[in-house]
Parts: sequence; C-alpha cells; structure tokens
Amino acid sequence: MNENLKFIQGNEVCVEAALYAGLDFYAGYPITPSTEITEHMAKRLPRIGGKFLQMEDEIASLCAIIGASLTGHKVMTATSGPGFSLMQEALGYAIMTEIPCVIVNVQRGGPSTGIPTHVSQGDVMQARWGTHGDHAIIVLTASNHQDVFAITVDAFNLAETYRTPVILLFDEVVGHMRERIFIPEKGEIPLMERLRTSVKKGVDFHPYLPREDGRLPISDFGGAHRYNVTGLAHDMWGFPSDNPKIVYGLIRHLVDKIQNNVHKIARYKEYYLEDARTILVSYGSAARSALHVVENRRSRGEKLGLLELQTLWPFPYYLVQEKCADAKYVVVVEMNMGQILQSVKVSVDRPERVFLANRIDGVFITPTDIRNILRLIEGKGV
Amino acid sequence: MAVKDYIRERFFPHIWCSGCGHGMVLNGLLRAIEKIGLDKNEIVMVSGIGCSARISGYVDFHTLHTIHGRALTFATGIKMSRPELKLIVPMGDGDALAIGGNHFIHAARRNMDMTAIVINNRIYGMTGGQYSPLSGYGTMSTTSPYSNIDHDFDVVELSVAAGASFVGRTTTYHVKQMADILGQAIVHKGFSVVEIMSQCPTYFGRQNRLGTAIDMLEHFKENTTPVGSKAKQKNPDLVERGIFVQKKMPEYCDEYDKIIERAKKGN
Repeated sequence: MNENLKFIQGNEVCVEAALYAGLDFYAGYPITPSTEITEHMAKRLPRIGGKFLQMEDEIASLCAIIGASLTGHKVMTATSGPGFSLMQEALGYAIMTEIPCVIVNVQRGGPSTGIPTHVSQGDVMQARWGTHGDHAIIVLTASNHQDVFAITVDAFNLAETYRTPVILLFDEVVGHMRERIFIPEKGEIPLMERLRTSVKKGVDFHPYLPREDGRLPISDFGGAHRYNVTGLAHDMWGFPSDNPKIVYGLIRHLVDKIQNNVHKIARYKEYYLEDARTILVSYGSAARSALHVVENRRSRGEKLGLLELQTLWPFPYYLVQEKCADAKYVVVVEMNMGQILQSVKVSVDRPERVFLANRIDGVFITPTDIRNILRLIEGKGV
Repeated sequence: MAVKDYIRERFFPHIWCSGCGHGMVLNGLLRAIEKIGLDKNEIVMVSGIGCSARISGYVDFHTLHTIHGRALTFATGIKMSRPELKLIVPMGDGDALAIGGNHFIHAARRNMDMTAIVINNRIYGMTGGQYSPLSGYGTMSTTSPYSNIDHDFDVVELSVAAGASFVGRTTTYHVKQMADILGQAIVHKGFSVVEIMSQCPTYFGRQNRLGTAIDMLEHFKENTTPVGSKAKQKNPDLVERGIFVQKKMPEYCDEYDKIIERAKKGN
C-alpha cells in the first residue's frame, strides 16, 4: 500500500502538514479537542531534530514560539477556546512585532469551559478581533482532511510572506474525525520562506523599515545584526516612539499589508455556483453538511450551489458579492449565532435575502437541519 | 571593551527618575559582562514591561522587549531554538513575581540556561506606585492607602524551592558584589536567579517616608549582611546577601539533545 495514504484524525493531518511546511519548533499546552496535535508534535519533532516544549500554559506556549520564530524557525502552537482566550495578548505582540507564527484553534463549545468535547464555530469573531487595538489578521479553515493539509501548509506560507500570525480555525469534528488523506510528495506544494535582509553584517540594519512593496525583510534574531524588538509603537529602529506620524505609518502598514492583499489571501472552493438560484455559504465542518444538501438537491434538478470559504479573515467581500450576485437566496451555514452571516450580508447587494442555518447546541449541523431552513425560506413549511 | 561600548547611545537619555536604582543595575550588569569578556553578538536580553524592562532598549545586544510578565517564556523559546546564545532576563518585582510568577517558578524548575535578574524595588513604578507582591506587610502605596495587608515573597527562598540551580541576592548599594554575583550567574550553566534590592525614591521611598535615594541606599547597607554571617544570628531581621545556591544540574537544552538522539534511534 502507498505509505502516503493514511487514515488519521484531522489533528494529526495538521501535524503532518506543519512538518511538510518546514516547522521545526512547537510549544503547546494540553486542551481538548486539540491535544492530539501537541502529542504528535512531541513524538515527531525530536525525530527530525526539531524542538518541542510543553509549557506551563497557553500564554507561555505562544510566547515561546514567537521567540523561536524570531531566531528564524517555522513555528506553531495549537489550542482550543479557553487557551485561545489566554493567547490574545501575545497574539497582538506577534502582530505588532511582525513575527510569523501559526496558531491552531480547534474550536469547541463556549463561552468559558463550555462543552469541551463538542463542536462549535463560535470563535470566528474572536479570531478576528480577540486581541486589542486596530489590526488585520489572517484566519483560515478547512472542512476535510485533504484540505486541512493544504490549508495548513498555506498558513505557514502566508505567515512567512506577510510576517504575521496566521490562525487556523478548525473545529472538533474536523480535528477528531478520521478520514482518508494522501500526503503529497515533497515539492508538490510550494513552500514560502521568509524574506531575509541583504544588509551585510556590520552595516546598520533597520529592522522595521518596510520596503516599498510593504514587505519587511528580517534578520534572524541572535545573528548578524543586533536590534531591538518591542510591542510598543516603534520606529524603523524598533525603538519605542509616540511620534504621531510614525504611529500612523506603523498602524497603516500593519493593516494594509494584509487588507490590500485580500485577493491574494482569499482561499475558497465552489460547487455548482454557475447557475445556482440558492447559494449556501459555509466553512469548516459545517460545509460538509452543506455540500451534502447541495449534491442531494442537484441530483433532483434543483439549482443549489455552495461557496465554501477557507479564508475567513480578511473577509473576501468582493468574492461573496461576485459569486452571490445572481442568487435568489443566500444561506449561511455555520455553527454559531451568525458570526460570518454579518459579513456575508455586508457583501451582497440585497442583504434581506441572506438567511442563517445554524446550530449552537454542540451537535454537528446535519443536512436535515439545513434542509429544514431551506423549506422555511422557500415557503414550504418544515 | 569599555562599558560604554555596550550601550546604545542613540537611545539615551533614559526614562528613569533621578535616584532610581535601575541605572546602577545596568552599570553592574555591564561591568560583569565586560569582565567575563562576552561578545555583544552572543547576548540576548529579553525583558517584560515596567521601568526595569526598559533596560533592554539601552544595551547593544540582541534585545527583545516583550509583554508584561512573560519575558521568561519568550527567552525559553529563543534559548531552546538557539542554545549557543546567552540569555539575560531583567525583570521588575511585579513583572517577575505577580503577573509572571507562574512562568518564574516553571522556568526555575526546567533549569534552562539563562539569567533572571529580579530588580526588586517593591513597587510598580511605571504605573505610579501601587503595591507589588514584594512590597510587604505594612507598606504604603497608592493601592494600599491604609497600609498593605499582603505579605511578601522571599525571592531567594521561592527560587530555591522552585529548583533554580543558582540563586543570589545583592543590593544597589553593594555595586562590586552586584557585578560579581551577576558575573557568576551569567557563567553558571542552568537557571540563575539574582535578586537585586533596589530603590525607587519616587514612589516607594516617598510613600513610605524613607528619605532620599541616598537614605535608601544607606538602608540597604545597614539592614543587610553577608550570607552565613554572625550578625544574622544576633539580628534575624537582617537580610542576607550573597550566593545561596550554586549547583550542577542537568541543563534543559542538553537534556533535550539527548531526547533527539533517543528519538532518532527509535526511527
């Protein structure tokens, strides 16, 4: 049998993909339903000479990987709701200091301890706005194991390209479900490396002076150039500054480098959209049920389509507007109170035609749940 | 190399109040580094938030100014990924032992090679004089306006109990001892803690009527004694200074290298 073919949990797929992407440093803290990622990392990393740390909490885990990333390593940590809440301050630090890292949040029910072993997609807005202050962020998700692999590699590529934290927002169903996955050969998916400075040793290096294209070359910390890094607003030297012009330039740079590239960052899949009258917009494991409904109805000749979002933030408004332009109804399928619904409504020309099919009780949303909402919208009763 | 060569003059003047002990700690630290003869390029300084944390901006090393209480966790990531670098982590008393208390004890337990300096001025200076976990019972601050009922930690005892393999204490009055202990702590292979009792005349001194910076320094002279001295037996209120623990223990990065070897064999 082909040894690249595996039948494993989504969490383990994420580990395989991270290693494929070149990760060699991981720190984490056990929390359901993401623990398997930390366990597999503990086993796999030392075998390739990589480093694994189990830290005293999630704050320490994120801080440790930020430190390791700065010295030139590809890094990741994984957690779930409560741990993700703890990470918010350090997440902002990585945004402000432009240190690449990947943070996996395998979502469970919240708020607070919530329902640790059950599925939810309740952290979508937290991933967007959880850390304080104006900022942009990249948040990706996927609905099946082959896509979990690809999107995890992508997360590392985007983190390195834009020098930013990237959040992988998976959920309990994808994390724990076992499914067939084909691990690509090395080289099949291109890998991005961070842009390193060409400034020679001994020559003055400005660690926070972006190039004209917005990219910021890095010098591996502890290497050829000695410089300062701070979470305070800072000038091109990386030294604290409250000069309004400098602060303005910094915030614009942090936001623009991501928002201006929304087209390049948008990842999505589409099914039967060409002539769809009703379009389901979904993401993560919920998209599996949505796809089931679409295929089922298509077989009966009904014009249903699915837009599966893989990039949640920056939200691809242009994409949703374009794809849903001719739809009579748009139904957002998600396992929360409508966290992506709002962005979809803002995107389309007729927000009154956007509806929500959701579950918030810790139970995986089924095709029947979606079908019931569709019947209501179509005026057919339940 | 002169001490001046370790400084980023571009970023002076510093932000500290006149009479503050932080500059004296910076001086002692640089003298220690100069004496050991470390290259600037092999030193990483990681700090958190507070007056003390600003030290990192002024020195010409690889410097990382992080978030409140978490300096040791960033340092852990850097050291683990680049074990050949020398890690120095200056922290204030609130930074190290209130918000960062959990990280502090776990870093001590792990015994990763780095030097934690707790600059203990018994107050939150940056925010204007609130009590810290080291202010102690009966002290005055803006958040203990009727006197503090919180008891303080003993940094040395806490560090010893948490497993630090090097533990020392000195004061800003004892500048030569400070440079000596810091030097030994930096050379020590393992997790080192050096508590430096320091003065904040602006907030702790003024609110507790301790006089000028010089009065506070005199206080360190009169109320401390070398570790194991007879004076301590006569007067138990004296605070001991010197080196309390200096022992060889397996260092974390070395231990992890063994794990890598073991894991590779199992492949």
